This record gives sequence, C-alpha cells and structure tokens, in this order.
Amino acid sequence: MIAIRTEGLTKKYRDVTAVDGLSLSIEEGELFSLLGVNGAGKTTTIKMLSCLTKPTSGDAYLLGKSICHDTAEVKSFIAVSPQETAVAQGLTVRENLEFICGIYSFSKEKTLKKITGLSSMLGLEDVMNRKAGKLSGGYSRRLSIAMALISEPRILFLDEPTLGLDVIARSELWDIIRSLKGKITIILTTHYMEEAEELSDRIAVMKGGRLLACDTPEGIKKQTEEDTVEKAFIKIVKGEKL
Amino acid sequence: MRMMTFAERNLKEIVRDPLNLSFLFGFPVVLLLLLSAIQANIPVSLFEIESLAPGIVVFGLAFMTLFSATLISKDRQTSFMHRLYTTPMTSGDFILGYTLPLIPIAMAEGVVCYIFAAILGLEININIILSIIFIIPVALMYIGIGLLCGSVFNDKQVGGICGALLTNLSAWLSGIWFDLDLVGGLFKRIAYMLPFVHAVEMERAVAAGNYSEILPHLLWVLGYGITFTVIAVFLFLRQMKKQ
Repeated sequence: MIAIRTEGLTKKYRDVTAVDGLSLSIEEGELFSLLGVNGAGKTTTIKMLSCLTKPTSGDAYLLGKSICHDTAEVKSFIAVSPQETAVAQGLTVRENLEFICGIYSFSKEKTLKKITGLSSMLGLEDVMNRKAGKLSGGYSRRLSIAMALISEPRILFLDEPTLGLDVIARSELWDIIRSLKGKITIILTTHYMEEAEELSDRIAVMKGGRLLACDTPEGIKKQTEEDTVEKAFIKIVKGEKL
Repeated sequence: MRMMTFAERNLKEIVRDPLNLSFLFGFPVVLLLLLSAIQANIPVSLFEIESLAPGIVVFGLAFMTLFSATLISKDRQTSFMHRLYTTPMTSGDFILGYTLPLIPIAMAEGVVCYIFAAILGLEININIILSIIFIIPVALMYIGIGLLCGSVFNDKQVGGICGALLTNLSAWLSGIWFDLDLVGGLFKRIAYMLPFVHAVEMERAVAAGNYSEILPHLLWVLGYGITFTVIAVFLFLRQMKKQ
C-alpha cells in the first residue's frame, strides 16, 4: 500500500520557490530519506506533509487522505520529531511522555503501558525523573522520538534526528531507528550521507526545491557510478545528473 | 482534557522557575514591607496598608504578562510548538491552556500579599476575600496582554517590553506609588484612559467595601481585557496559520 503520494507539491514564499512540483510515492513501512544541501526544501516538504504549512499548489495524500482537505485525519496517524529537540524543558522525561499521552487522551492504564514500553525501547529508564532541559543531546533526541512514537503513528517524520550528536549517541539512535523499520513508514531528513546509506530503503535527492533523484542507495550509486552515497550525492547535486 | 493537560504543563513550567516565583511572591512582599516601613517613619496616606495592599496586589499581577508572554514566545521559537501543531490540539486548547493556569497563580499572589498585609495590620474581612475574587478580571487583562506580546515578539523582546516597559507603565500610571493628582494635567488624563489606575482603584474599592465605586473601574478593566484578548487570539491564530 502507498503511504505517501505527492502530486506536484509546491511551496512558494513570495519570490522564493522552496519546493517545486514534487511528485513521488512512498510505500508503507518504507524508510525514505530526503537528502539535500541547506535550502533544498527538505524541511519545507516535511512541514507540508505534516500539515504544518499549506502547499501553494499541488497536494499530497497520506494513506489516501489529503493534506489540504483532511488535515485532522492526517494528524491522527502522523507524528513529527522536529529538527530541534522539541521537548518541554521544565518537565521531567516522565512528565513529557505523560503530557503527550494526555494530549492524545490516553487512559491511565494506557499511559503507564506506553511510558514503560517506550522508556525501555529508547533506553530512557535511567533519566525518567530528570528534567528534559538537563538532558544530554542524545537523551534529548531519544525523548523527542519517544514523544513522537506515543501516538502509535503510521507515518513518522524524523527531521535531522542525529544532528549534533556524538558518534556513540548517533550509533545508538540508528539502532533505535532500525528497530522501527518495516513497522511504520519513516521519512528522514539528514545531512549525514552515511546515515542515509545505512538506514534508508530509498533516497530522494533535492536541490532548489526540485527532486533530482529517487532510488535505493544501491541504485543511486549504480546510476552515478560511485561507490558511496556521499559521492553519488555530490555528483547529482553538482551536475544535476540522472 | 487536552486543554487541561496543556494547562498543567504550562503551570509546571511557570512555577518551577525560581525567578518567576521570586518576582511573583518575593518582589510584591518586599515592596509591601519596604513601603510600610517608610509609612511608619514618614506617614503618607497613600502608603497606609488599606490603600497600599490592594495596589501592590495589582502591581504584582503585571508579572502575569511577563510569564504568559515568555512561555508563548519560547514555545513559538522552539520546535515544541511545531510538535504540538501536528497533534489534534485545537487553537482553543492552546489559548485556554495558556490562560487558565495563570489565574490560580494570580490569586495565590493576592493571598500571599494580603497575608503579609494582615501581619502589617490590615483587617481581614469579607471585603478582602472579595478583593481576591476581583483579582480575576485584572489578571485576565494582564494575561491578555501577555498572549498578545507572546504571539508577536520573541523572548528577548518580551523581556524588554513586558518585563521592563509594561511593569514601569503599570507602576507609574496606576497611582500606587504617588497620587496622580500631584502631577495632574495630561499625565493624569492619560493614566485614566489606561486600565492600570482603574484596576488599582477597583481593588481598593472592593477592599474598602465601597461597592458603588467598583463598577465604573471594572468596566474599564473588562473593556481593555476583552480588547487585548480578542487581538491576542487573532494574532495567535494568524501566527499558527503562518507556520
């Protein structure tokens, strides 16, 4: 089943076209990475797909629901872990998780079950009573992802989830993302090419709001005759090949 | 349910900041003690505890603006608001969730001030209980200004505008620290066209049991409160759509 289908998705800010006629489809359960240099349109694409901003033209269908016309339904099965760590700084880790459970009107039993399950899955047990504002970068990202997973989303947007993390924290977060693969559809944006190569089923390369390439990591390397996604990405972006 | 969950989060964020607590409870109490000490040495009718306490209570409420504006602007500037915009939370959940937790905080500020005022000689009676209830419209007015500023300014701007400018305006133009008749003229006319002096005089009227004097001042406070809140809701919804 197709999880996401975009049809000529376009976003303009006055004279600037942030996303230009993006058309692609993503299968359910797929881990799909959006790659691009700064200003490529990755974050704007995620903002449109997560109903944070309306497209100037075109539309996208998430599990068959339009981001323009079925906003409430789309919001009921998506979740976003934004670029910056989006947590309530003055609340503890447990309170942050309880807060999101409350937003989704979970019962006490379900809240307890969710918190126990997610804290174990994301390795947050040791910091449950620590204020979110006092967490390290790695734990903050884990908490941010845990908060996104609480609503049992069918589509999860991870906007640069490992930005600024050290090697170990990044590797641990990769393990967590890998454990989600196949269970939910994940749209990942990243500047780290090895991250995209390591985790993705397919990769889309964007530049200036346009889609330049979309294929599996192997497919992208093969088409550019390069041995790494990073080299392939540079070749595509510089030469606008494919 | 969603609104209450959000309100609970906002309450925790505000009361867990020690700076907020010192501004909210410490600063008005220190002013009350200091001005009472001055009054003990150099008697000024304005600083008699019956007149001073309601004024200080209202002055303390100006910090409601700072708290609400800071919280909203910080949430807006971080991705926290983005996360919440992708949940089923409605604009009503946001606006009430930011407003409601500040009302009990405002009333607590009033209670603490009146307790200290009682220690300093204020007679506690039914009018003082009523005064605590009449804190609500004044608090709503200040919270409305906070919603407005938080929806427009960033947290640094909020610090300057709500922390310095507004508290000074509400101090100078409220008749708490000096009798506005002493300045008179344009200054007094401007002061009476703004809500701050009306809030103080309403609170004083309630505390003194001068019920007939309450309504005109209450109307000024409610008028400004409703105006600020309507503009704030409009601006909040506009920035929500602009995301």
